[in-house]
Amino acid sequence: MADEAPFQLLHSEVIQYIYKSAEGETESGRNVTKLENIGFRVGQGLIERMTKDTARFKDELDIMKFICKDFWTCVFKKQIDNLRTNHQGIYVLQDNKFGLLSHLSVGKQYLEHAPKYLAFTCGLVRGALSNLGVKSIVTSEVSVMPSCKFQVMIQKA
Amino acid sequence: MSRQANRATDSKKMNSELFTLTYGALVTQLCKDYENDEEVNKQLDKMGYNIGVRLIEDFLARSSIGRCQDFRETADVIAKVAFKMYLGITPSVTNWSPAGDEFSLILENNPLVDFVELPDNHSTLIYSNLLCGVLRGALEMVQMAVDVKFAQDTLRGDSVTEIRMKFIKRIEENLPAGDE
Repeated sequence: MADEAPFQLLHSEVIQYIYKSAEGETESGRNVTKLENIGFRVGQGLIERMTKDTARFKDELDIMKFICKDFWTCVFKKQIDNLRTNHQGIYVLQDNKFGLLSHLSVGKQYLEHAPKYLAFTCGLVRGALSNLGVKSIVTSEVSVMPSCKFQVMIQKA
Repeated sequence: MSRQANRATDSKKMNSELFTLTYGALVTQLCKDYENDEEVNKQLDKMGYNIGVRLIEDFLARSSIGRCQDFRETADVIAKVAFKMYLGITPSVTNWSPAGDEFSLILENNPLVDFVELPDNHSTLIYSNLLCGVLRGALEMVQMAVDVKFAQDTLRGDSVTEIRMKFIKRIEENLPAGDE
Protein backbone atom coordinates (compact mmCIF):
# COMPACT_ATOMS: atom_id res chain seq x y z
CA MET A 1 0.00 0.00 0.00
CA ALA A 2 1.47 3.28 -1.07
CA ASP A 3 0.14 5.64 1.47
CA GLU A 4 2.86 8.21 1.72
CA ALA A 5 1.57 10.21 -1.20
CA PRO A 6 -1.94 10.73 0.18
CA PHE A 7 -0.59 11.81 3.54
CA GLN A 8 1.93 14.19 2.03
CA LEU A 9 -0.67 15.74 -0.22
CA LEU A 10 -3.16 16.01 2.60
CA HIS A 11 -0.50 17.64 4.72
CA SER A 12 0.16 20.24 2.03
CA GLU A 13 -3.54 20.88 1.67
CA VAL A 14 -3.90 21.42 5.39
CA ILE A 15 -1.09 23.97 5.31
CA GLN A 16 -2.52 25.69 2.30
CA TYR A 17 -5.95 25.83 3.83
CA ILE A 18 -4.75 27.26 7.13
CA TYR A 19 -2.70 29.92 5.40
CA LYS A 20 -5.40 30.81 2.94
CA SER A 21 -8.16 31.07 5.50
CA ALA A 22 -6.06 33.53 7.45
CA GLU A 23 -5.20 35.71 4.50
CA GLY A 24 -4.83 39.31 5.43
CA GLU A 25 -3.87 38.45 8.94
CA THR A 26 -0.48 39.81 9.70
CA GLU A 27 0.48 37.38 12.39
CA SER A 28 1.84 34.25 10.84
CA GLY A 29 2.45 32.87 14.29
CA ARG A 30 -1.23 32.08 14.61
CA ASN A 31 -1.15 29.84 11.57
CA VAL A 32 1.78 27.94 12.94
CA THR A 33 -0.11 27.51 16.20
CA LYS A 34 -3.14 26.19 14.37
CA LEU A 35 -1.07 23.68 12.45
CA GLU A 36 0.64 22.68 15.64
CA ASN A 37 -2.70 22.07 17.31
CA ILE A 38 -3.86 19.86 14.48
CA GLY A 39 -0.63 17.89 14.77
CA PHE A 40 -1.08 17.67 18.52
CA ARG A 41 -4.44 15.94 18.18
CA VAL A 42 -3.05 13.51 15.65
CA GLY A 43 -0.02 12.76 17.81
CA GLN A 44 -2.23 12.03 20.80
CA GLY A 45 -4.37 9.60 18.85
CA LEU A 46 -1.49 7.92 17.12
CA ILE A 47 0.66 7.27 20.17
CA GLU A 48 -2.32 5.89 22.02
CA ARG A 49 -2.85 3.30 19.32
CA MET A 50 0.85 2.56 18.96
CA THR A 51 1.57 1.92 22.59
CA LYS A 52 -1.49 0.00 23.59
CA ASP A 53 0.40 -3.30 23.69
CA THR A 54 3.84 -2.10 24.67
CA ALA A 55 5.43 -2.48 28.04
CA ARG A 56 5.78 0.47 30.38
CA PHE A 57 8.65 2.83 29.62
CA LYS A 58 11.62 2.88 31.94
CA ASP A 59 12.26 6.58 31.89
CA GLU A 60 12.20 9.73 29.84
CA LEU A 61 15.10 8.66 27.65
CA ASP A 62 13.36 5.41 26.90
CA ILE A 63 10.32 7.36 25.75
CA MET A 64 12.44 9.59 23.55
CA LYS A 65 14.07 6.57 21.97
CA PHE A 66 10.67 5.17 21.22
CA ILE A 67 9.72 8.44 19.52
CA CYS A 68 12.92 8.44 17.49
CA LYS A 69 12.66 4.85 16.38
CA ASP A 70 9.18 3.39 16.34
CA PHE A 71 7.11 6.53 16.15
CA TRP A 72 9.27 8.13 13.48
CA THR A 73 9.40 4.95 11.44
CA CYS A 74 5.68 4.66 11.57
CA VAL A 75 5.08 8.23 10.47
CA PHE A 76 8.02 8.99 8.22
CA LYS A 77 9.30 5.53 7.23
CA LYS A 78 12.71 6.14 8.70
CA GLN A 79 14.34 6.67 12.04
CA ILE A 80 15.65 9.88 13.47
CA ASP A 81 19.28 10.10 12.44
CA ASN A 82 20.66 11.59 15.59
CA LEU A 83 19.37 12.07 19.10
CA ARG A 84 21.21 14.28 21.53
CA THR A 85 20.43 15.30 25.03
CA ASN A 86 21.96 17.39 27.77
CA HIS A 87 20.40 15.04 30.35
CA GLN A 88 18.55 17.99 31.80
CA GLY A 89 15.38 17.77 29.85
CA ILE A 90 16.49 19.00 26.45
CA TYR A 91 16.56 16.62 23.51
CA VAL A 92 17.53 17.41 19.96
CA LEU A 93 16.21 15.12 17.27
CA GLN A 94 17.92 15.44 13.95
CA ASP A 95 16.48 14.13 10.71
CA ASN A 96 18.83 14.44 7.75
CA LYS A 97 16.17 13.83 5.17
CA PHE A 98 12.86 14.88 6.60
CA GLY A 99 9.97 13.45 4.59
CA LEU A 100 7.74 16.50 4.65
CA LEU A 101 10.50 18.69 3.29
CA SER A 102 11.59 16.26 0.60
CA HIS A 103 9.39 17.76 -2.09
CA LEU A 104 10.83 21.24 -1.59
CA SER A 105 13.95 22.49 -3.26
CA VAL A 106 17.10 21.39 -1.55
CA GLY A 107 19.23 24.15 -0.12
CA LYS A 108 18.56 27.50 1.41
CA GLN A 109 16.37 29.17 -1.15
CA TYR A 110 13.01 28.58 0.51
CA LEU A 111 14.20 28.51 4.06
CA GLU A 112 11.65 31.07 5.19
CA HIS A 113 8.83 28.69 4.30
CA ALA A 114 10.21 25.84 6.34
CA PRO A 115 8.38 26.58 9.61
CA LYS A 116 4.97 25.89 8.14
CA TYR A 117 6.07 22.48 6.93
CA LEU A 118 7.38 21.60 10.35
CA ALA A 119 4.64 22.97 12.59
CA PHE A 120 2.41 19.95 12.18
CA THR A 121 5.24 17.63 13.16
CA CYS A 122 6.17 19.73 16.17
CA GLY A 123 2.60 19.31 17.33
CA LEU A 124 2.69 15.63 16.50
CA VAL A 125 5.66 15.05 18.78
CA ARG A 126 4.26 17.22 21.53
CA GLY A 127 0.92 15.41 21.34
CA ALA A 128 2.57 12.00 21.46
CA LEU A 129 4.72 12.96 24.46
CA SER A 130 1.79 14.55 26.20
CA ASN A 131 -0.19 11.32 26.05
CA LEU A 132 2.78 9.49 27.51
CA GLY A 133 2.66 11.87 30.43
CA VAL A 134 5.51 14.12 29.37
CA LYS A 135 4.79 17.80 29.03
CA SER A 136 7.04 19.51 26.55
CA ILE A 137 7.71 22.37 24.21
CA VAL A 138 8.79 21.37 20.73
CA THR A 139 10.47 23.74 18.31
CA SER A 140 12.07 23.16 14.96
CA GLU A 141 15.07 24.47 13.14
CA VAL A 142 16.25 24.14 9.57
CA SER A 143 19.55 25.35 8.25
CA VAL A 144 19.70 23.46 4.97
CA MET A 145 16.79 21.57 3.49
CA PRO A 146 15.82 18.79 3.68
CA SER A 147 17.50 18.20 7.01
CA CYS A 148 16.00 19.59 10.18
CA LYS A 149 16.21 19.49 13.93
CA PHE A 150 13.46 19.28 16.48
CA GLN A 151 14.23 20.49 19.92
CA VAL A 152 12.17 19.02 22.71
CA MET A 153 12.20 20.84 26.02
CA ILE A 154 10.66 18.80 28.77
CA GLN A 155 8.54 20.82 31.16
CA LYS A 156 8.99 19.65 34.69
CA ALA A 157 5.80 19.72 36.69
CA MET B 1 13.35 -7.88 27.65
CA SER B 2 10.37 -8.96 25.70
CA ARG B 3 9.58 -5.39 24.98
CA GLN B 4 11.40 -5.15 21.70
CA ALA B 5 9.26 -7.91 20.31
CA ASN B 6 6.15 -6.21 21.56
CA ARG B 7 7.10 -3.02 19.88
CA ALA B 8 7.03 -4.44 16.41
CA THR B 9 3.98 -2.45 15.55
CA ASP B 10 2.22 -2.99 12.31
CA SER B 11 3.64 0.06 10.64
CA LYS B 12 1.57 -0.25 7.49
CA LYS B 13 -1.65 -0.14 9.41
CA MET B 14 -0.34 2.62 11.63
CA ASN B 15 0.49 4.71 8.65
CA SER B 16 -3.03 4.55 7.32
CA GLU B 17 -4.15 5.58 10.77
CA LEU B 18 -1.92 8.60 10.47
CA PHE B 19 -3.86 9.60 7.39
CA THR B 20 -7.19 8.87 9.03
CA LEU B 21 -6.34 10.87 12.12
CA THR B 22 -4.91 13.79 10.18
CA TYR B 23 -8.00 13.88 8.06
CA GLY B 24 -10.14 13.82 11.18
CA ALA B 25 -8.24 16.72 12.67
CA LEU B 26 -8.69 18.64 9.45
CA VAL B 27 -12.44 18.10 9.36
CA THR B 28 -12.63 19.18 12.98
CA GLN B 29 -10.78 22.36 12.13
CA LEU B 30 -13.08 23.03 9.19
CA CYS B 31 -16.14 22.53 11.36
CA LYS B 32 -14.72 25.09 13.76
CA ASP B 33 -13.98 27.56 10.99
CA TYR B 34 -17.22 27.35 9.03
CA GLU B 35 -20.68 27.85 10.34
CA ASN B 36 -22.57 25.39 8.24
CA ASP B 37 -21.92 21.91 6.98
CA GLU B 38 -22.49 22.87 3.38
CA GLU B 39 -19.43 25.09 3.46
CA VAL B 40 -17.37 22.34 5.03
CA ASN B 41 -18.50 19.87 2.36
CA LYS B 42 -17.54 22.31 -0.33
CA GLN B 43 -14.14 22.97 1.18
CA LEU B 44 -13.43 19.25 1.54
CA ASP B 45 -14.34 18.70 -2.08
CA LYS B 46 -12.04 21.49 -3.14
CA MET B 47 -9.13 20.14 -1.14
CA GLY B 48 -9.80 16.69 -2.52
CA TYR B 49 -9.70 18.11 -6.01
CA ASN B 50 -6.29 19.64 -5.36
CA ILE B 51 -5.05 16.33 -4.05
CA GLY B 52 -6.54 14.41 -6.98
CA VAL B 53 -4.86 16.47 -9.67
CA ARG B 54 -1.51 15.67 -8.09
CA LEU B 55 -2.21 12.15 -6.97
CA ILE B 56 -2.99 10.99 -10.49
CA GLU B 57 0.62 11.49 -11.43
CA ASP B 58 1.82 9.36 -8.58
CA PHE B 59 -0.80 6.81 -9.52
CA LEU B 60 0.15 6.59 -13.18
CA ALA B 61 3.83 6.38 -12.33
CA ARG B 62 3.35 3.64 -9.79
CA SER B 63 0.74 1.52 -11.46
CA SER B 64 2.01 1.76 -15.05
CA ILE B 65 -1.54 1.49 -16.25
CA GLY B 66 -2.22 2.64 -19.77
CA ARG B 67 -5.18 4.21 -21.41
CA CYS B 68 -8.61 2.82 -20.51
CA GLN B 69 -10.79 1.66 -23.38
CA ASP B 70 -14.08 2.67 -21.84
CA PHE B 71 -15.70 3.94 -18.68
CA ARG B 72 -16.17 0.40 -17.41
CA GLU B 73 -12.48 -0.19 -17.48
CA THR B 74 -11.90 3.12 -15.75
CA ALA B 75 -14.31 2.05 -13.02
CA ASP B 76 -12.41 -1.20 -12.54
CA VAL B 77 -9.07 0.52 -12.37
CA ILE B 78 -10.36 2.97 -9.80
CA ALA B 79 -11.82 0.27 -7.60
CA LYS B 80 -9.26 -2.48 -7.96
CA VAL B 81 -6.03 -0.56 -8.37
CA ALA B 82 -6.40 3.00 -7.08
CA PHE B 83 -8.46 2.35 -3.96
CA LYS B 84 -6.37 -0.72 -3.20
CA MET B 85 -3.17 1.22 -3.56
CA TYR B 86 -4.03 4.23 -1.50
CA LEU B 87 -6.67 3.15 0.97
CA GLY B 88 -6.09 -0.59 1.09
CA ILE B 89 -9.65 -1.43 0.22
CA THR B 90 -11.35 -2.70 -2.90
CA PRO B 91 -14.81 -1.29 -3.36
CA SER B 92 -17.21 -3.17 -5.59
CA VAL B 93 -18.47 -1.59 -8.78
CA THR B 94 -22.21 -1.98 -9.27
CA ASN B 95 -25.47 -0.33 -10.26
CA TRP B 96 -24.49 0.53 -13.78
CA SER B 97 -26.92 2.76 -15.58
CA PRO B 98 -28.29 1.26 -18.83
CA ALA B 99 -26.27 3.77 -20.84
CA GLY B 100 -23.10 2.71 -19.07
CA ASP B 101 -22.21 6.21 -18.01
CA GLU B 102 -22.98 5.96 -14.33
CA PHE B 103 -21.99 3.51 -11.60
CA SER B 104 -21.62 3.11 -7.89
CA LEU B 105 -18.61 2.26 -5.79
CA ILE B 106 -19.70 0.34 -2.73
CA LEU B 107 -17.28 0.61 0.18
CA GLU B 108 -17.78 -2.12 2.74
CA ASN B 109 -15.59 -0.25 5.15
CA ASN B 110 -14.22 3.21 4.76
CA PRO B 111 -10.86 3.80 6.47
CA LEU B 112 -11.50 7.53 6.69
CA VAL B 113 -14.27 7.02 9.22
CA ASP B 114 -12.51 4.45 11.40
CA PHE B 115 -12.66 6.53 14.55
CA VAL B 116 -15.56 8.76 13.69
CA GLU B 117 -19.02 9.37 15.03
CA LEU B 118 -21.05 12.26 13.75
CA PRO B 119 -22.58 14.47 16.41
CA ASP B 120 -26.27 15.32 15.98
CA ASN B 121 -25.65 18.94 15.04
CA HIS B 122 -23.67 17.92 11.97
CA SER B 123 -26.33 15.85 10.27
CA THR B 124 -25.66 17.33 6.84
CA LEU B 125 -21.90 16.97 6.97
CA ILE B 126 -20.56 14.68 4.25
CA TYR B 127 -17.55 13.59 6.23
CA SER B 128 -15.64 11.80 3.50
CA ASN B 129 -16.39 14.33 0.79
CA LEU B 130 -12.67 14.67 0.17
CA LEU B 131 -12.84 11.40 -1.76
CA CYS B 132 -15.28 12.87 -4.27
CA GLY B 133 -12.91 15.73 -4.92
CA VAL B 134 -9.96 13.39 -5.31
CA LEU B 135 -11.78 11.27 -7.89
CA ARG B 136 -13.02 14.31 -9.76
CA GLY B 137 -9.60 15.96 -9.81
CA ALA B 138 -7.74 12.82 -10.80
CA LEU B 139 -10.09 11.97 -13.66
CA GLU B 140 -10.05 15.51 -14.90
CA MET B 141 -6.32 15.15 -15.46
CA VAL B 142 -6.96 12.22 -17.77
CA GLN B 143 -9.53 14.20 -19.76
CA MET B 144 -12.65 12.94 -18.11
CA ALA B 145 -15.23 15.19 -16.56
CA VAL B 146 -17.23 13.30 -13.96
CA ASP B 147 -19.78 14.07 -11.33
CA VAL B 148 -19.06 12.38 -8.02
CA LYS B 149 -21.18 12.31 -4.91
CA PHE B 150 -22.02 10.25 -1.89
CA ALA B 151 -25.29 8.36 -2.22
CA GLN B 152 -25.07 6.46 1.05
CA ASP B 153 -22.84 6.78 4.05
CA THR B 154 -22.40 4.41 6.98
CA LEU B 155 -21.77 7.42 9.18
CA ARG B 156 -25.32 8.48 8.63
CA GLY B 157 -26.82 5.12 9.37
CA ASP B 158 -26.75 3.48 5.95
CA SER B 159 -25.53 -0.09 5.81
CA VAL B 160 -22.81 0.63 3.26
CA THR B 161 -20.99 3.63 1.85
CA GLU B 162 -21.84 4.31 -1.74
CA ILE B 163 -20.11 6.75 -4.06
CA ARG B 164 -22.02 7.50 -7.22
CA MET B 165 -20.01 8.48 -10.29
CA LYS B 166 -21.45 9.90 -13.46
CA PHE B 167 -19.52 10.41 -16.66
CA ILE B 168 -20.22 13.84 -18.12
CA LYS B 169 -17.91 14.27 -21.07
CA ARG B 170 -14.48 13.90 -22.48
CA ILE B 171 -12.45 17.01 -22.04
CA GLU B 172 -11.13 17.69 -25.50
CA GLU B 173 -8.50 20.25 -25.01
CA ASN B 174 -5.68 19.34 -22.78
CA LEU B 175 -5.38 22.62 -20.97
CA PRO B 176 -4.68 22.43 -17.29
CA ALA B 177 -7.65 23.70 -15.34
CA GLY B 178 -7.25 26.53 -12.89
CA ASP B 179 -5.28 25.20 -10.00
CA GLU B 180 -7.16 26.33 -6.97
